[in-house]
Amino acid sequence: MKPFQQALTDSGLAPLRASGIRVFQINVGKLCNQTCKHCHVDAGPHRREIMTRETAELCIAALRKTAIPTVDITGGAPELNPSFRWLVEQSRELGRHVIDRCNLTVLLTPSQSGTAEFLALHQVEVISSLPYFLAEQTDAQRGSGVFEQSIEALKKLNSLGYGRPGSGLLLDLVYNPVGAFLPPAQQAVEADFKRELGRRHGIEFNSLYTITNMPINRFLEFLLRSGNYERYMEKLANAYNPAAAAGVMCRDTISIGWDGALFDCDFNQMLDLPVASGMHIRDFRPELLAQRSIVTGEHCYGCTAGSGSSCGGATV
Amino acid sequence: MAGYYHQDDLAHFADVGKNAPDLWQKFSEWYAAVFAEGALSEREKSLIALAVAHAVQCPYCIDAYTQSCLEKGSNMEQMTEALHVASAIRGGASLVHGLQMRNCAAKVSM
Repeated sequence: MKPFQQALTDSGLAPLRASGIRVFQINVGKLCNQTCKHCHVDAGPHRREIMTRETAELCIAALRKTAIPTVDITGGAPELNPSFRWLVEQSRELGRHVIDRCNLTVLLTPSQSGTAEFLALHQVEVISSLPYFLAEQTDAQRGSGVFEQSIEALKKLNSLGYGRPGSGLLLDLVYNPVGAFLPPAQQAVEADFKRELGRRHGIEFNSLYTITNMPINRFLEFLLRSGNYERYMEKLANAYNPAAAAGVMCRDTISIGWDGALFDCDFNQMLDLPVASGMHIRDFRPELLAQRSIVTGEHCYGCTAGSGSSCGGATV
Repeated sequence: MAGYYHQDDLAHFADVGKNAPDLWQKFSEWYAAVFAEGALSEREKSLIALAVAHAVQCPYCIDAYTQSCLEKGSNMEQMTEALHVASAIRGGASLVHGLQMRNCAAKVSM
């Protein structure tokens, strides 16, 4: 397999540099109510690494210094962080668009009573993981019973106006392959999800994003355990698409870890590959970060294969 | 040779073109055109290919088109139905030749 850096060089993209900062992505920690088999964060109920209020305040102070339009809050299950609502409120007060990367089932847990209503009140865009419109595939990846709970949560969001035409409340779904293969064409599978979720459950949503599984943490363990690692990496490398590489999300994203360390993306964060400068959120220098050189590795083939992959789905 | 079929061989399919590159080129172009979106979707074509792969019992093709179907968004229910279509045609093809048996028997019988 050709090294990723070589692939970038061959397509005239090395060194890969940021082209600005459009997305301020905060990972508030690894605590989650689910333990999904493909999770690149290795998140779960047992994890204790979560962002403190002090670090959250540093994030808002950094955000205030910029005009970055979008705050993307992820985890774990971000809603489980005690500072989640504060972060949302502060970001909205600064006039930023806020995204909550929600696993859906967390909205049904006793501690999250009123969270769905809170999200609607603050017009937070909800991006929810749902790997398939059937229970078998969804539960195989995310745990027994998750599909049924996800449907219940989606219905609740729909009842608040999420995903409904004209409401202004955006509800998007994320498709991850349930195994060692690439995602389908985003437009085709979005049509399937809209038809099937509508027909079977009366659910509506705005967009579906396809995301390639990254060979990191639990999905990497699955690849190794099942003997699929080499084949999967070859598949990603063979599908390298220069257009997707040119549009990778790290070029206009800054990713903040639960402890305030800065990364080029959430995947680098999980691999403990900080931004080249080693900058921390307390020393946030947006003018330098906006033109930084991106730290890459072989896992980057996951974002450049085929139609590309990002937190906003296919890039090509 | 330890065996006839090896999973890793699939990645080297193009090696069969080494002694007839022009023919391989023609095949490759035609093959790509066949599977491109047309009157049928790429997903439908992959399901047909998966069914045919089982009918011709090609392990390379089954491997390739199982993954292709999944990557085109098909699920196991749809893929299993495609497999049954192939099996039904194979079974039906045997059964329908029973008419030849009956014609032969009728011809020689009193």
